[in-house]
Order: sequence, then C-alpha cells, then structure tokens
Amino acid sequence: MDLNIYDFTSFTKWIDTSLHEMMSPFWVTACEMTIIGVAILAFYAVVGLYLVYAERKICGFMQNRVGPNRVGPFGFFQTIADLIKLLIKELVIIKNADKFLFNIAPFIIIITSFLAIAAIPFAKGLHAMDFNIGVLYVMAVSSMGVIGILLAGWSSNNKYSLIGAMRSGAQIVSYELSVGLSLITMVILAGSMQLSAIVDGQAHGWFIFKGHIPAFIAFIIFIIAGTAETNRGPFDLAEAESELTAGFHTEYSGIKFAFFFLAEYMNMFIIASIAATVFWGGWQPLWISGWDSFNHVMAWIPPFIWYISKTAVVIFIMMWFKWTFPRLRIDQLLTLEWKYLLPINLFNVLLMAFIVLKGWHF
Amino acid sequence: MTDLIQEIEQQEYIINMGPQHPSTHGVLRLVLSLKGEIVKNVEPHCGYIHRGIEKMCEKLTYQQIIHLTDRLDYLSAHINNAAVCLLVEKALGIEVPERVKYIRTIIDELTRIASHQLWWCSFGMDLGGLTCFFYGLRDREHILDIFEETTGGRLIQSYYTPGGLMKDIHPNFQKRVKDFIKYFRKILPEYDQLLTGNVIMQARSKGIGKLSLEDAISFGATGPSGRGSGFACDVRKLHPYHLYDKVNFKEILYQEGDTFARYKVRMDEMWESMSIIEQLIDNIPEGDFTAKMKPIIKLPEGEYYQRVEAARGEFGVYILSKGDKYPYRVKFRSPNFSNLSILNTIVPGQKIADLVAIGGSLDYVIPDIDR
Repeated sequence: MDLNIYDFTSFTKWIDTSLHEMMSPFWVTACEMTIIGVAILAFYAVVGLYLVYAERKICGFMQNRVGPNRVGPFGFFQTIADLIKLLIKELVIIKNADKFLFNIAPFIIIITSFLAIAAIPFAKGLHAMDFNIGVLYVMAVSSMGVIGILLAGWSSNNKYSLIGAMRSGAQIVSYELSVGLSLITMVILAGSMQLSAIVDGQAHGWFIFKGHIPAFIAFIIFIIAGTAETNRGPFDLAEAESELTAGFHTEYSGIKFAFFFLAEYMNMFIIASIAATVFWGGWQPLWISGWDSFNHVMAWIPPFIWYISKTAVVIFIMMWFKWTFPRLRIDQLLTLEWKYLLPINLFNVLLMAFIVLKGWHF
Repeated sequence: MTDLIQEIEQQEYIINMGPQHPSTHGVLRLVLSLKGEIVKNVEPHCGYIHRGIEKMCEKLTYQQIIHLTDRLDYLSAHINNAAVCLLVEKALGIEVPERVKYIRTIIDELTRIASHQLWWCSFGMDLGGLTCFFYGLRDREHILDIFEETTGGRLIQSYYTPGGLMKDIHPNFQKRVKDFIKYFRKILPEYDQLLTGNVIMQARSKGIGKLSLEDAISFGATGPSGRGSGFACDVRKLHPYHLYDKVNFKEILYQEGDTFARYKVRMDEMWESMSIIEQLIDNIPEGDFTAKMKPIIKLPEGEYYQRVEAARGEFGVYILSKGDKYPYRVKFRSPNFSNLSILNTIVPGQKIADLVAIGGSLDYVIPDIDR
C-alpha cells in the first residue's frame, strides 16, 4: 500500500481488497460503512467545533475584540469546553409541548446536514458516495432540514418559536429555488450531475472562469441564496434575537440546543463546500493556460488543502455578511427572492444554455 | 365551515414582548396583537421598574434629590442633574460663576454625544447588525473615561450641585476633550459607512413608523423623536439655559417623520454637539467652581418649573415648595414617557421587525418612563 496524498484511489482500493481477503462481502460492506460513518462523524464534529471557534474569532476581530482567548493557546479549546458544558446541562422539559416532535426535531436537522456531507468530494478518491445525481442529492437532502425547524417551532408551544418556524419555512422553501437554479446553470456547463465529474471537468480552469458572466452571476446568487438557506447573516429571520428572542430554538436547552447550533455551522460548511466544488474546482489546483511552471507549483499543493482553503474562503465571506449587514424584514426577504433573484436566475440558465450550445465558453 | 374560517381569521395572535426581551431595552412590556406578521395593536405596560422616585424626593433635601435624578434617564444623567440645579438656582436667585456655565455646557453636550452613541449601538443591534454595538461602545468609552477622571463616576456621577459643581475639573479635562473631538470627527463618518448608507438599513427604516407633525405635537413627542417630524422643540433654542444663547448651533429638523429621519436627527446632533464643545473648550474662564451656598437650602414658598433638553427630549422638573428644606411635591416630566405614548399611533399596520426598528429609533430608557 502506498498513501498518496494526491490520489486516494489506491489507498481506498487497498482497504477494500484487504477487507475482501479477510471476510465475506456482506461483512465487508458493513465494515466499510462503519469506517466511513466513524470517519465522517469525527470530521463533522471537528469541523463543527472549529467553525464555531473561527466564527467567534473572526467576529471578534471585526468588532474590535479579541474573541475567546482563555482556554488553551488563543482560546483554541474554548468550543470543546463549551461542548462539555452543554453536554452536562439540564434538558428542560417544556410543559404542554409535543414531546415526541420536540425531541425528534434536533435529530432531523442534524441528520440531514450529516447526510449531505456523504456526497462531497474532499480530494481525489476521498469520496464517501459518488452518486451520478450528486447535485440533486445534496439539494434534496439539505432542503429536508426545514422539516426539523418547522417541527421545533410547532412543538415548542411557544408563540415566538412558531413565528420563527413559519418565517423559516417561507424563507427556505423560496431560496431553495435559487440554489437549485444556480446549480443547474453550472450543471449545464459541466454536462453532468455527478460531483466527481464536475470536479474533473475543472482540471483546466475552474467553472467560474470558464463560464463567462453567467457562471459569475450564478456564483453570486448561490452565495446569497445559500446564506439564506442556512438561516444566517442578514437572513437570520428565523432566529432574529432582537425580534423573536431566539426563534425556533427558544425552548431548547443543553445538547439539543447544541444540535441546532452545530447544524447551522455544518449547513454553512456544506453550502461553502458545494460552492467551492461547483464553482471553484473543488480539490483541483489553480490552472492557468500556458503558465507551466506556475501550474506545477499549484499542483504540488495537496488537493485536500485546496479543497479546505477554498471552502474556508467561502465561509469567511458568509461570516463577513453576517457581521456587517443588518437583518432583512420578511417581506423584503421574499421580494428579493421572487422579484429579483428568481427572474435573473431563469434568464441566467437560458444564457448559459445558449453559450454552451454555441460553444462560446472556454 | 365558512363561519369557522371567518372566526379564525378574526382571531388575533397575542404575544407578550417583554418585560424580558432583548429589544425592549429594559423591562418594558408590550402586548402585541398580531395578524400573521403584522402588528394590529400595541399596548405598552409600564411600571416594572417603578421606584417611586418622585415620592422619595419629598423626604430628601435639594442636594440629595440630584442623586435620584441620575437614576431616571441614566444615559443623560448630567442633564437631569442640571434641571434640578437650575431650578434651585432660579428659585433662590443665585447667579452661578461663568466657569460653571462653561463646564456645565460642555459636560451636557458630552453626555448627549455619549447617549447618542449608545443609541446608535442599540439601534444597529435592533436591526440585527451586531457589529454596530461594539463600534459605538468603543467610542463611548472615551467619554466615560473623561467623566471618570473629572467626576469620579462613569454612568451616574451626580456632578452638579445647586450653585455649581461638586469639584473642579481635572487638569487633563480640556486636553482630553479636545483629543476626543479630534478622534470622533474622524470616526463618525465610519458610522455612516457601516450603517447609514447600507441598503438593508435604509429599506428597513425609510417610510417606516411615520409620525406626523400634528401627532408629534399633540402627544408631546420631543427631542430627536419630535424633531424628526419637523417639530421645533429644542429647549436649548426656545428657553436657553447654561450658555446655549451664546454658542452657535443649528436645531436639526427633518420633515419626513419616519425612522430614518429620527436616525438622521441623532447623527447630525452629534456633529452639532461637537461644534458646541469646540466653541467653548478653549475659553473656560478662571474662577470658582461653585457659588457660595448655604448648607441647608430652603426654597421660598411657591411653584417652580425648569425644563432642559435631555438627550431624548424635554426633561422638566416641577417642584411645589412650602418653604421647608424638603420639597412638598415633585414631578418629573420625562421625555421617554411621552415618546412611548406615540407607539400605538405609528406602529399598527407595520410588521414585528418594524416595531423593533421604531422602538430603537424612539430610543426609550425604561427607568425614565417608570420613575
């Protein structure tokens, strides 16, 4: 076996064949699923915790503060300490709440964000599931999170929660369209819905450069709609602490609250991953036609680093939104989607189709 | 079935906003009747922080009353103190030294800037822009440091006494105030960049919560809330006290009467306050920091009223004296109480998010409402 950081295919193949030598195919599948599950779970936890830390640090710097700096060097273990605190906190039981729905809502949210990670290519060959309808799968799974939010708001027996949940329902269902259409624009350019094929297609130039203006418009719309879908930034109407105290998760405490919190950050990570994969070439290095030595240097940087740094840039942009803009009002939010983003998007799809048809893209 | 639908449609969704709520700025309770997101009716319930200050004043001497006025509108503490001091001085016919007038004017204007800075913080936060909060507090800190050095307190200082000041200004005072003005003139455009010019902020505030001039006058909405509707109600211009008849300043008036107009009034007032301070800071004359006063002040029998322009509007003190060392009856006319009363006129028909923005632009301080 040789562990190649530029191509994980041989490594994963080696695990597969060596497991096949040891046990029957059924147990091989079971074993591989467990390994992938544990690996993704660990990745999920680490990313979730450190996104919270990153947000607190970044917002601290934007607000003339230091951010967490007591637990560990630069407050590096602050979120872990917070997690332990949340784990040992009491779970307050709400009178007259719908117990079953109330308890199941955080799990629905966290499971949907967990499912979406499975389809994301982290590096060459490092890919839990390579669906041929990868883009569709990610969208389908991530839009299920709204069910958890609606249930949480409905079952809490709290008027603020209900308003928050209803807002969130209207918001996510609307912005789902923009996310979908902007991805479809890129699917037209890529000619495939398979995420690995989309990434491979960007080996010689990322789609945002290849696709002319429509790709750029699609990227901007995707970032706006993606931020809205994660209930963040200027679109955090479902939580809106100055209006609805905490919106749909007002009544949640302890680790159930942490589930909502973690899911929000993971949704942001997923949206950023998709943006990086579809528009910025995923794990593909920067490639400029004719600059051979430059391309060699870029290719020397491992794919996983490329993927993570692109995702980090998108996440930073989303955090930047959140800490700069005031919040929109619900009618302005829906106006933005239905009157501006959606028509632009529909036109953009047509434009992209025309450009691809004519072969005008690079 | 149609009856049932009609009945459900007529039902209102009633929520209690407060007494514990992030955007009521204290323990104010608003009972909202909602129709979806739209507010049909707002009913403010005050009294959660009623301390009976007016009644307490009846058993306190005039010097002691000063300390209670701090606890009304704690963000314009000095201006409230000044009202009582001016009233006592007027009743006794005392002329305070020129130096005191200069210092009082400068400190009143610094208080106004500090108060408007905090208003800007919380207005930004009400709209959901959390970064504003830290920017505003960072700059307010400079003023509080100046106050701390001179008066010994940061929020409630009780610096004025009938006849003058508690003690003289700190030797650094003039230099630090000048440094602050220089610093804040550079920083204030940054506030505009962050919030005023923002598309979302403008969409959230323009045309929202329109208060007509007639309503502003009939409800007695004063201060920036009234001036945003074109109501020229600046006590500094109408009944000058301190040195306001000697300095040059504009009364900021906007005609629109919406949330954005009230916002702009406050932003412009900060510039005006800075220019007032700049006119005075270099010319503070030498002299006593207090007039000669008797240790026990007894107001002659009669009724007295003194009004000043606090950061949120006209603050008035009414004292009925029977010639004792205690007042017989005290009444404070607090600006926030009148400003709160316009809420049910301008909010119905707007959304919950607008209610929060309007509340932020009226800038109420709850201890001042309940007293």
